[in-house]
Amino acid sequence: MKEQLDAIRTAAHAALENVRSKQELEELRVRFLGKKGELTGVLKQMGKLSAEERPVIGQLANEVRAELEAHFAECMNKMEEAALEARLQAETLDVTMPGTPRPLGHRHPLAIVTNEIRDIFIGMGFSIASGPEIEYDYYNFEALNMPKNHSARDTQDTFYIDDNVLLRTQTSSVQVRVMKQTKPPIRVVAPGRVYRSDEVDATHSPMFHQMEGLVVDHGITMSDLKGSLDVFAKALYGEETKTRFRPHHFPFTEPSAEMDVQCFACHGEGCRLCKGEGWIEILGAGMVHPKVLAECDIDPEEYSGFAFGLGLERIAMLRYNITDMRLLFENDMRFLNQF
Amino acid sequence: MRLSLKWLSDYIKIEVIPKRFSEDMTMSGSKVETIEQLGQDIHNVVVGKILSVEPHPDADKLVVCQVDVGQAAALQIVTGAKNVSAGDMVPVALDGASLPGGKEIHAGQLRGVASQGMMCSLGELGLTVHDFPYAIEDGIFLLEEPCKPGDDICKALGLDDFAIEFEITPNRQDCLSVLGLARETSATYQIPFAMPQTDVQGGGADVSSFLHVQVEEPALCPRYMAKTVTNVKIGPSPRWMRERLRASGVRPINNIVDITNFVMLEYGQPMHAFDYRLLEGQGITVRCAREGEEIVTLDGVRRSLKPSMLVIADEVKPVAVAGIMGGEYSGIVDDTTTVVFESACFDGPSVRTTSRALGLRTESSGRFEKGLDPQNCLPALLRACHLVEQLGAGTVGDGMIDVRNFDDTPREIPFDPAWINQFLETNISEETMRKILLSLEFKIEDGKIIVPSWRQDVEHKADIAEEIARMYGYDKIPSTLMNGAVTVGGLTPAQEFEEKIAAALVAQGMNEIVTYSFISPKYYDKIGLPPDAVRRNSVVIRNPLGEDTSVMRTTALPSMLEVLARNYKNRNKAASLFELATVYMPQQTETTPATEKRMVMLGSYGTTDFFGFKGILESVLSYLGIQDFEFQAVPALSYHPGRCAYIKKGNVLLGVMGEIHPKVLRNYGIDTPVLAAELDFAALLAGAETQVQFKPLPRFPAVTRDLALVCDESVPVAQLELRIRRGAGALLEELRLFDVYRGEQLPSGKKSVAYALVLRAEDRTLTDEETDAVMQEILKNMQEIGAALRI
Repeated sequence: MKEQLDAIRTAAHAALENVRSKQELEELRVRFLGKKGELTGVLKQMGKLSAEERPVIGQLANEVRAELEAHFAECMNKMEEAALEARLQAETLDVTMPGTPRPLGHRHPLAIVTNEIRDIFIGMGFSIASGPEIEYDYYNFEALNMPKNHSARDTQDTFYIDDNVLLRTQTSSVQVRVMKQTKPPIRVVAPGRVYRSDEVDATHSPMFHQMEGLVVDHGITMSDLKGSLDVFAKALYGEETKTRFRPHHFPFTEPSAEMDVQCFACHGEGCRLCKGEGWIEILGAGMVHPKVLAECDIDPEEYSGFAFGLGLERIAMLRYNITDMRLLFENDMRFLNQF
Repeated sequence: MRLSLKWLSDYIKIEVIPKRFSEDMTMSGSKVETIEQLGQDIHNVVVGKILSVEPHPDADKLVVCQVDVGQAAALQIVTGAKNVSAGDMVPVALDGASLPGGKEIHAGQLRGVASQGMMCSLGELGLTVHDFPYAIEDGIFLLEEPCKPGDDICKALGLDDFAIEFEITPNRQDCLSVLGLARETSATYQIPFAMPQTDVQGGGADVSSFLHVQVEEPALCPRYMAKTVTNVKIGPSPRWMRERLRASGVRPINNIVDITNFVMLEYGQPMHAFDYRLLEGQGITVRCAREGEEIVTLDGVRRSLKPSMLVIADEVKPVAVAGIMGGEYSGIVDDTTTVVFESACFDGPSVRTTSRALGLRTESSGRFEKGLDPQNCLPALLRACHLVEQLGAGTVGDGMIDVRNFDDTPREIPFDPAWINQFLETNISEETMRKILLSLEFKIEDGKIIVPSWRQDVEHKADIAEEIARMYGYDKIPSTLMNGAVTVGGLTPAQEFEEKIAAALVAQGMNEIVTYSFISPKYYDKIGLPPDAVRRNSVVIRNPLGEDTSVMRTTALPSMLEVLARNYKNRNKAASLFELATVYMPQQTETTPATEKRMVMLGSYGTTDFFGFKGILESVLSYLGIQDFEFQAVPALSYHPGRCAYIKKGNVLLGVMGEIHPKVLRNYGIDTPVLAAELDFAALLAGAETQVQFKPLPRFPAVTRDLALVCDESVPVAQLELRIRRGAGALLEELRLFDVYRGEQLPSGKKSVAYALVLRAEDRTLTDEETDAVMQEILKNMQEIGAALRI
């Protein structure tokens, strides 16, 4: 019987070396290891063996079975691997073919810039305030130290509804409303639409957007103004940004300043973007005028504050290198899709 | 303010280059806009002396000149000009020269004769006879300036100057003058400056023998001063004066007019000169115009005057509109012999109002509007008379008219260095502060600062802080972060909700737009509003730029349609857009003059159909936490009557949506369906459940049943759904319409609507019996509207 087992072992190994398909493999499994297979056939004759021979042959038979089963499994495995390989081959895609479009929309560049600036100030503890666009002359001019016939009104050509009502020319009107409604400490920014009767061209529009900022508290100083706006500029344009404060004039701040950032295109060398100056004007600011505080029932001897205002179109145009403001309001899809 | 650096240098020595000077002045508060080098577009043009003039061998109209240009050999130049002769000094453009307007000169041949350059006319150098009155327009400019061959022409003509354009803020009228800027320069560099000479010899007949002045409106004329000059000889003013005027952008005219302009630029005080001969009577009155009075101003325009306008009048008629422009009739002419110099101060707002009403703005009115210093009238008047004597233009009369209606008490502000340092967060010494203030001509006496009369803008200690800060240097003030109470920043719930809406719409592939808040009233016709529509009642702008932007929109629809139409016209295949738009109603509120309302405006073409668009709305509303909203078929203005719905939550109208009416689309030239929706932001916010409550995931299996119902065509599916929901109650987890069938297998006028229902109980597995009971209940409900199970 030992000879028989050896013969089966040899025959099976030989057959497995040449097996080609899963079906062949299954046939061989049935032939050698099946219930009616050759190995079982041999084992059925065990009864004829002597008591001494039986365990020896039994052990041998088990060895042969284990060995063959392992070989079968190995063959099976190889074949499955090959089949998988073939399938993967067949399923190969030209991954350079275009994807199926699932278009997302785009925020307007003005909204993107506004939100970014707004979030910087929120991070500095500011809240968002708002006020009406159709506004009383009082909030837009008079309370801001610009009485009727004040020459500073000339620089802001105003759309009037009637003698006392106008389209606000500046978000500074919100300053007055905030100070009249809430008491210090105040830290707000107010983005919004403003109007001036400028004819439309590449850099002017009768409607545009500003963001106003206002801080009022005990002991607010000019150096706080500088520090806060410097932090803002760095947050907007990067840690390396350099700022410069120049004296200026606004009727509702004293001292007043304009803040420039060093040109981010040429780093101060002078280029087309900064018109050779090396600096780009970003915002106007100043210490809230004592007359304005007093007008809003805040005691200028007790409190001080600073205010600032920036033009959002200008920031968006600088950010995206947009050279014509009209594009912002034309809303062509080919423009909007770029942001 | 355009400043000639040469002129400034008459009073103060500037030791830095113009660019550096501009930067320093900008940082001390006088912002420089541009620096212009005069004659910067003239290159390689020199003085030449004509040695000989010979006829051209082949051309009658040309001559051949030999010209000494300071080089070893004379140049041969061919010209067609008639006015040249040997010995003349002329401007010569050498080979490779460039002239104003970009013209380049190269050596060449003229009718076969070599010409090595070009002799220039006034015009070719960008000049006029006003700049050089002895020259002629039509011919070569024959120089009468002290110069020699080879000199640079710019230097020879006084074009070796820089004109610096300052942006002067409205509070600093005093800096609209050479002396004002000299004072700023002096304070910036802490070096002294010299005032010009104002001494007058006089000797002419006393002013009182010529005229007497009465001011009827003291409030509108704080000061009126005048002096007379006799034996006037009108002629050109000297070159130094002409070149300073020219560099400042003012055209030289004649000595007397040039003196008034020179003093205005130098002192910032507008001056006026009358021809005494043409005043009727001896009385000058500063009064309001009489009803019906007219004046022909110096610009030749006849203007009718109103009683609100201040005029200078002789005994018969107005001779000038106060502070704005003189009358043509009494202006200075070539044979003027006696001149009245006026140096006055008029009320700013009054000049401003008159100037606007007449539509006439002048250098003078622009200055008066800002409010001038009455105390500047005297030095300016004396300076003008000094110049008359210096130029030999006439005999200055003795005495002067001076009607004063102003308070000359100077303003005093306490000098509080400690407060200033605290306010600025600086540590500037009192000594430095004093130096700065003194250099700006403030005085300090007994702890008080005395403000100079020309600094009406300085009223408060904060103003003093600014003076100190700008001269000390804003860049030297430290940068600190605020102390004080901690504030928690952030968005309000409404602001957050707005961001959420935008995010949802962007996720649906929609682009955000920004449009003007004002529209044309004609847009209401365009969107098909009837003449009596409430929405036509808009806030109207009194002084619009044009009709297109003349009323504040009450609806964002026209703005959206304009944008869609523009995209359509630009051949963009599709556009899917939204705007977070404000609309404006004329109703006043407790705190605001009008009512402003936020709308979410959506518009789309070329991307989807009605139900695709409705799907976007449904998804977005659900995402916003708005539940139980429904669409009701209600025709709305501007929309297709059969494809329009109100979106409601209970009784609250969230908005309207649908396809735009074809007639409206025709008005916009759009030839494809457009879908739009107008959602009321406040209603959405009120209807949204913003606090999300987690529901546990289901633990028991769901049962799925399909249900096909047959009903009349006219029954809206909403009626079927309503009854399914009612019948299934809390067990209904999901309801989806998956098919609507109309056709042969059904009686005409009927449709079959198929739904998939998902039923589930939270606490048990549903049995078949329970499910069947639910389905029976639903079918029973259906009987109310004549719908039945499709068999």
